[in-house]
Order: sequence, then structure tokens, then C-alpha cells
Amino acid sequence: MGRLSVNLCGIELDNPVIPASGTFGYGYEFAEWYDINVLGTFSFKGTTLEPRFGNPTPRIAECTAGMINAVGLQNPGVKAVIEHELPEMAKVFRKPVMANVSGFSLDEYRETCRLLDAQPQVGWLEVNVSCPNVHGGGMAFGTDPDAVRRVTEAVKSVATKPVLLKLSPNVTDIVSIAKAAVDGGADGISLINTLLGMRIDLKTRRPVIANKMGGFSGSAVFPVALRMVYQVAHAVSVPVVGMGGVSSPENVIEMMLAGATAVQIGAANLVDPMACKRIIDGLPETMDRYGIATLNEIIGGVC
Amino acid sequence: MKETLFTIIENRPLTDTVYLMRLSGDTGDITAAGQFVNIRLDGLFLRRPISVCDLNGQELTLVYKVVGKGTAQMAGMVSGEALDLLTGLGNGYDLTLPAERVLLLGGGVGIPPLYLLAKRLLAQGKTVCVRLGFNHADEIFFENEFRALGCEVTVFTVDGSAGEKGFVTNGLDRERYDVFYTCGPEPMLRAVYRSTVTSGQFSFEERMGCGFGACMGCSCRTITGYKRICREGPVLMKEEILWED
Ligand SMILES: Cc1cc2nc3c(=O)[nH]c(=O)nc-3n(C[C@H](O)[C@H](O)[C@H](O)COP(=O)(O)OP(=O)(O)OC[C@H]3O[C@@H](n4cnc5c(N)ncnc54)[C@H](O)[C@@H]3O)c2cc1C
Ligand SMILES: Cc1cc2nc3c(=O)[nH]c(=O)nc-3n(C[C@H](O)[C@H](O)[C@H](O)COP(=O)(O)O)c2cc1C
Ligand code: FES
Repeated sequence: MGRLSVNLCGIELDNPVIPASGTFGYGYEFAEWYDINVLGTFSFKGTTLEPRFGNPTPRIAECTAGMINAVGLQNPGVKAVIEHELPEMAKVFRKPVMANVSGFSLDEYRETCRLLDAQPQVGWLEVNVSCPNVHGGGMAFGTDPDAVRRVTEAVKSVATKPVLLKLSPNVTDIVSIAKAAVDGGADGISLINTLLGMRIDLKTRRPVIANKMGGFSGSAVFPVALRMVYQVAHAVSVPVVGMGGVSSPENVIEMMLAGATAVQIGAANLVDPMACKRIIDGLPETMDRYGIATLNEIIGGVC
Repeated sequence: MKETLFTIIENRPLTDTVYLMRLSGDTGDITAAGQFVNIRLDGLFLRRPISVCDLNGQELTLVYKVVGKGTAQMAGMVSGEALDLLTGLGNGYDLTLPAERVLLLGGGVGIPPLYLLAKRLLAQGKTVCVRLGFNHADEIFFENEFRALGCEVTVFTVDGSAGEKGFVTNGLDRERYDVFYTCGPEPMLRAVYRSTVTSGQFSFEERMGCGFGACMGCSCRTITGYKRICREGPVLMKEEILWED
């Protein structure tokens, strides 16, 4: 194992850096900026059973040290993802990829996961029970421990690959939700998804986002995300993938000290298309500075 | 597409609120008029998209209007300062549309991208006829610059304080053209859509997350399916436009 490598649910990653779902497309947009094979892996755009256009625009609002998005899970549907996107992805990325799945019913989660699980390229399923953008959608699952357990069981009943449950931070007690996912058989937990947020345009006195509210993410959310990763990592025995506001090698190390086995990077990719490469390149030197020999040894290093 | 540092060589006001910035840097990835750059600014999370107005070798010109924090910050910058740009974004205008006489219609800060376009169309030997629209006489910019290129220029002001009174679409039925290109505020684009009789190209704006196709923040529906304004746009053919509501 290299200095940077970690093991996520039985699959070795060259490094713990993973672009987060919805901020990295299907990878090939970024392959125009750098060789994306330097990544540990990446989580591709949230996939649903049917195609979705998503929400009306404006879908994006600027915030202090962050942004709100209300894309609304735009994606071509699982069939098109398998027929068109995965083959395109294979041309630019040769490692196992993380398939991010959303759904509006247990059946939909189960079916979408079953189809993606059968793809050789897919290494992990990351089940999003948290997207706050969709009316009557993800929110209901992600805020109720019982619903999270049922989704996990449904997915696990068809999955042969490791299943990560991706949790919403918009809950009172993140630990009870994480435990419910583990009870349902989750092989790992990833968190956090975006925080429900809002901006108002003073000139028009209307919400900036057409959908009124959206998901807040970016550097500003880092302390909240870190706290949740810490709480969950200490409460469950499965690996945790930490994310929320990560934009530097230092942030990656902090997340890992809090208990993350791997770290995802979201909004930072949108501002700096080279963000993940820069973070990976900066890790060895940052580790030297803090006397870290291997990343694997620091996971959960803070009690 | 490329991320590079440009150095400001000039930054001066054209009107009370509109500024012209000339920068020098690696312009290699800018391939078409109508493309844009995405500018990183201190203390602001998202980059700000601004159209390519002119290009001369390593020299890039942007024309921007101060409307908020980011553009105000740009207006305060001086020559010698560096700016981090993503370049070569968007599709740009299609110069291969068959035409001898071309009509350009620009409104406000929709005018800048038409400048490089006019230069390139003229270089192809086409006749370029330009209609520039402003609210008021003191907002006018680039009238002389387009004339100096060799375009036929008509200026319109909404209040009639200069040029012809009204909108760039006024009297369009008497104009003769084989194809048109336009950029401006959406109400103007809709009026151009209704008033034009030939094919043409429209440049659209949308709030952007990334500007290079990664976030789906800027999607719109078209007759040929959904498109990202930052990637398959900002320029769309008249025939593919689907106006929402
Ligand atoms: C493809 C494209 C080309 C453009 N070309 C030009 C140009 O050549 N000259 C020019 O003056 N302006 C242009 N604009 C508009 C320009 O991007 C906005 O005026 C600018 O981003 C406002 O930033 P701000 O911080 O000053 O304003 P703020 O209001 O503080 O901005 C807040 C947020 O809203 C976004 N925003 C605000 N207005 C717009 C808008 N009209 N379009 C897109 N995003 C907006 C900003 O990017 C930022 O994220 C273009 C926009 C697009 C999409
Ligand atoms: C534009 C955008 C789109 C997103 N789409 C998805 C998605 O489809 N599925 C998902 O699970 N998370 C989605 N997310 C959430 C991110 O994957 C990530 O959990 C969150 O943004 C926190 O990380 P960050 O602060 O680094 O952005 C999206 C985030 C952004 C900014
Ligand atoms: S702004 Fe991100 S896809 Fe267009």
C-alpha cells in the first residue's frame, strides 16, 4: 500500500480523494482538464430510474464561502447512463467508479441499484437519501431512521457491491440515522449532503433560486460536516466517507482525523476544475509537515 | 478550456457603469467569437462569466457592467494586477452560416461579444449591419468602434435621447439581411425572435455554477433536447429555441 492509499469497503483506493456526486458529471468533462485516473475514484451524477430534467433556472445562488444549488437531480435515467455514459466514462477512467443513486420509492431505489450493480465498472453504490431539492423526494427518506433502514434493506437485497448510504445533514440526530442505515445492512456511510438553504434578491424581493430553496455547500459548511463525520464515525463500525466544504489537503487530513476513511470534494470542483488534482498533489507535502507517514494510520485519530 | 493567469494592461470606464478591461495572457483556447471566460475574484465563491469582446494575439478585451460585488471589484482593479481566468468556454457564434449581408443586434452589455464577431465576419468579406440598443444616450458605448471596423451602425435609445427612439427591432421589416446574430437581455431576445424573418443565432445568459459543463446549473430545454448554456451554448440557433412560459 502506498502512503496515500486507503481501503474503502474492500476496494483499495490509491488515495482517499473522491469528487462528490453532482459536481463531476460523468468524469469526462474533467478529463479535458487533467488525467482523472489520479483520483481515488469518483461518484458520478445522481441517477434515477427515469430521466429527469430537474428544476427550473436559476438553479444556482452565490453565498459567502459557498453556494446553493437546486439542480433537481437532472440526469438521463439509469438506462441511458448504462448505455451511453458508462462507456464514455470507461474511455477516460479505468478504476472502479462510485454509482450515486436517488429514488422516490423503495422499488425505484431497488431497481436502479440492481441495474447499476450489474455494471463491471461500478465499484460501490452510494445511495442518496438526502437530496433536499426534490418535492416529496429524498428528504422524506433521509430524515426518518425507519425509512433509511428500509431503503438500505431494499438496496442490499439486490446489491453484490458495497453499499454506502449518503446521509442528509438536515436532521436533528445524525447518529440515529447512521445507525439505522447500519442496521439495514449498509457497508459504509457517506456524509454530508447539502444543507437546506435560501437567498433572496434585494432588488426583486424574490428568492434567487427558482425553486426558492436549495442545497448549501462549499467551504462554509466544513465545520458542520466535520462535526457530523466525527459523531457518526464514533458511533458506527463501518467506514465513513466524509465530505462538505473540503477544499485543501489540510481539510482532507482533518476529515480523516475525525474518522473518515475517504473524503469527497464537491463544490470546490466547480470553482477550480483542477481542485482534486491539486489536493492530491499537495497531500504528501502536507503530511510531511504534520509528521504523518501514511494516511491510513490517521483515520479516526482524534477521539 | 484552460485555467490561466492574465495580467491587466488597461481598465477604464466607457460609461458611468460599463468598463473595458484589456488583459494579456494565454488566449490559445479561445476559438470563437461569442465564447466567454469565467473569472475568479477575491472573496467570492463562484466565478463570474464575461464574454470575449475582442482578441488580438495574446491580448483579450472584456467589456463589463458593474452590477454587483464581483463586477465592482473588477472595476477597482489596475493594470499590472493578475486575474485567474478559465478560457475557451462555450460554443460561440457559427461563422459558417451562409450570408452576404449580416445583421447584428445587441442590447446593453450584450453588445461586447458582437464586436469580435463583427471583425471576423468582415474578414470573411461579408457586409455587417449593426443595431445597438441602449436605454439612454449616456449609456452608449462602442458606436464608433463598430463604425471604425467598417460596419453600418444604427443606435437606438429607449427614451430617444440619442439615435433612433425605441428598440433595436424597430423598423426591422425594412431591413435586408441573410442571417442575424444577437445578444442582449431576454426581453430583447424574445422581440428579435418575433421580428426576424431569417435564421439566426442567439446568445443566452444563465446563472452559472461552473461554466464548463460539470454542474447542470445552467440547463435549458431546446427543441433538440436539453442543453447546458455554458457548454452547448451560450449560442443557440433560432430554430432550436424553446421559450419557457
Ligand atoms: C455567458 C455569459 C456572458 C456574459 N457576458 C457579459 C459581458 O460580456 N459583460 C457583462 O457586463 N456581463 C456579462 N454577463 C453577466 C455577468 O456574468 C454578471 O453581470 C456578473 O456575473 C454579475 O456579477 P456581480 O458579482 O457583479 O453581481 P452579483 O449580483 O453580486 O452576482 C451574484 C451572483 O449572480 C450571478 N449573476 C448576476 N447577474 C448575472 C447575470 N446577468 N448572468 C449570469 N449570472 C449572473 C453572478 O455570477 C454571481 O454568482 C455574462 C453572463 C453570462 C452567463
Ligand atoms: C451542483 C451540485 C449538485 C449535486 N448533486 C448531487 C447528486 O446528484 N447526488 C448527491 O448525492 N449529492 C449531490 N450533491 C451534493 C454533493 O455531492 C456533496 O454532498 C455536497 O455538495 C457537500 O460537499 P461540498 O461542500 O464539497 O460541495 C450536489 C452538490 C452540488 C453543489
Ligand atoms: S454552469 Fe455548470 S454546467 Fe453550466
